[in-house]
Amino acid sequence: MSFTTAKTPDLHSVFWRGFRGGTPFVFVVGPFAVLFGVLATEAGLNILETLAFSVVVIAGAAQFTALQLMAEEAPTIIVLASALAVNLRMAMYSASLTPYLGAAPLWKRAFLAYFILDQSYACATVEYEAKPQMTLPERLAYFFGCVAPVVPAWYVCTYIGAVIGTQVPDSWALDFALPITFLALMAPMLRTPAHLVAAFVSILVSLLAAGLPYSMGLLVAGVLAMMAGAQAEVLFDRRKQAQ
Amino acid sequence: MIDKSDLWIVIIGLGVGSYFLRFAFIGLVGSRHMPPWLLRHLRYTAVAILPALVAPLIVWPAATDGTLDPARLAAAVVTLTIGLITRNVFGAIFAGAVTLYALLYLLG
Repeated sequence: MSFTTAKTPDLHSVFWRGFRGGTPFVFVVGPFAVLFGVLATEAGLNILETLAFSVVVIAGAAQFTALQLMAEEAPTIIVLASALAVNLRMAMYSASLTPYLGAAPLWKRAFLAYFILDQSYACATVEYEAKPQMTLPERLAYFFGCVAPVVPAWYVCTYIGAVIGTQVPDSWALDFALPITFLALMAPMLRTPAHLVAAFVSILVSLLAAGLPYSMGLLVAGVLAMMAGAQAEVLFDRRKQAQ
Repeated sequence: MIDKSDLWIVIIGLGVGSYFLRFAFIGLVGSRHMPPWLLRHLRYTAVAILPALVAPLIVWPAATDGTLDPARLAAAVVTLTIGLITRNVFGAIFAGAVTLYALLYLLG
């Protein structure tokens, strides 16, 4: 008996520790969601459509990509392929969370999969790596703790953005909010020489291939840049080992 | 203008696809090992796609009918530079926005 009563408050405290870990991300996710709401309504989406986008897809960069390509009247299949390519990193997050959470029952894994985000991944893996002795229930409690402040902020701020969106004047040059936001998100990702190679190839090919029909240039640039990054990583690793 | 039926196809298709990407490994692959070459490629997806998306928007902005705009170009360079130096997303956005507004005002 004492076992169960001792266990429950413990998981509570782990959940709240996760909550505190996730809270700073609200200040990243919130403005990003407001911006999505604003740009989506500027592109002609109503509040319901904008909110549905954020709830169903729950991936900022992919949503912006889809929105931008739809505004350019790219074919639907290209919109889907490009936005999903942006989201391929979620598969990587899923893979790297598996050693920590893979032993959970399938229904729990199916449930938590929806909440795999840049923020929850970053928040949870730092903790799991620092505390390898955590039990599975503790890891799950921590994961959902990280998610608890972030996801509601994502929904609510999308709604706020959608409501204020139509009142933003043209003089604010909001057309450039998206490039600036993406550049700011991208810069910290350029951690290694291989990442720089990938980004450079991406920029070069996308400009050279801009004339391709159906906005195909984005996909061509993305695939080539991905391969360039992976090849550069192998090359740099080999050079490091040779030294 | 965005076509409404296309929009819902994108929302639902992207929702299902994104969920699948999130579920794929933790749900289906489980604890089996992933080939290193696959993980290596997945590591570069974001830095491969996002620059390709923004580069044409920076060089040929729609707001100026596709002609290179000094204010927007400078704002992009400042955002990226501050982002690389400080690793701070907000600082970079703020610096880029200030540069953009200042130059739009000065260049009229």
